[in-house]
Amino acid sequence: MNNSQMLISVSMLVLGTVFTRFLPFIAFPEHKPIPKVITYLGQRLPYATMGMLVVYALKDTKISESPYGLFELISLIVIAIVHHVKSNTLLSISAGVFVYLILVNGWI
Amino acid sequence: MKFKALKAAFPLTLPVLTGYLFLGIAYGLLMSNQGFSILWTILISSAVFAGALQFASITLLTSAFNPLAALLLALLVNIRHIFYGIALLGKYRNIGAKKNFMIFSLADEAFSINVAAQPHPEVDAGWYYFFVNLLCYSYWQLACFSGHLLGAWLPDNIIGLDFVLTALFFVLFLNQWKKRENRKNLLIGVFATALSLMFVPRTQFLLVAMILIVVLIFVFDPIRGESHEQ
Repeated sequence: MNNSQMLISVSMLVLGTVFTRFLPFIAFPEHKPIPKVITYLGQRLPYATMGMLVVYALKDTKISESPYGLFELISLIVIAIVHHVKSNTLLSISAGVFVYLILVNGWI
Repeated sequence: MKFKALKAAFPLTLPVLTGYLFLGIAYGLLMSNQGFSILWTILISSAVFAGALQFASITLLTSAFNPLAALLLALLVNIRHIFYGIALLGKYRNIGAKKNFMIFSLADEAFSINVAAQPHPEVDAGWYYFFVNLLCYSYWQLACFSGHLLGAWLPDNIIGLDFVLTALFFVLFLNQWKKRENRKNLLIGVFATALSLMFVPRTQFLLVAMILIVVLIFVFDPIRGESHEQ
């Protein structure tokens, strides 16, 4: 690709991305009341989307070959336990990442 | 007022800083290895600002010119943003012109923090959300730029630091889990996405998962007479 073709391709990436980000806000502008069905979805989607995002973040985990996703599973369990006991977001994340790094890098 | 909001927003963005540094540096390094000028890395990171798409588009940008494929790739990889917007319609009302930047830079990480955030009443919520976005955006620019510039000299023997973003999403998930009434919808999201991941080709699995989520929400959490206030 030459520079102008690159520029067009990058513009397409920007256009597609901006479209997905702005669409809901353009479809339902502030000066108009939001349709009831969208408000209804808007109240439930924050939770469903968090569930989606957790699975999405784990999508490249290979569960059919060794170590069968165990590193991820163990680290998530550590996070859940630490979070249940201490309820400290940064502490729970650090503990989980620490365990994960030890496991994937074979530091023990 | 703004400084207070910045101070309140900063701590939760630290995991994002760690994850973005790791991923952004990897992206900059890849771009430089593919022979792209640093200007392309800067332009793409600042104008696209979407990690997964930036990685996915490297192959496309090194192949034959196909603008339609670029547009389709962007739409398919980023279609999840539509849910972010719908979920944030209420929170992002009446916060002025800065809203445009917040929508432009609405990536997974800023979304997950802002959608769950309940800023202290003394903190201006609009500015709090804005600074979460601005900090995340700045971290990504810094990381991609440094990766391209210094990539070759950075140690590459630590793998798995990007897990910090997974951990962030999971902890935010757990915070929502504490409220019993949220659990049904949290599980719908997990179940629909996992099911789709198993049976649908990678390029379309998010789209299918999202359709499934909407259907399941309507089936299992039907509209009741009175609506909750937002």
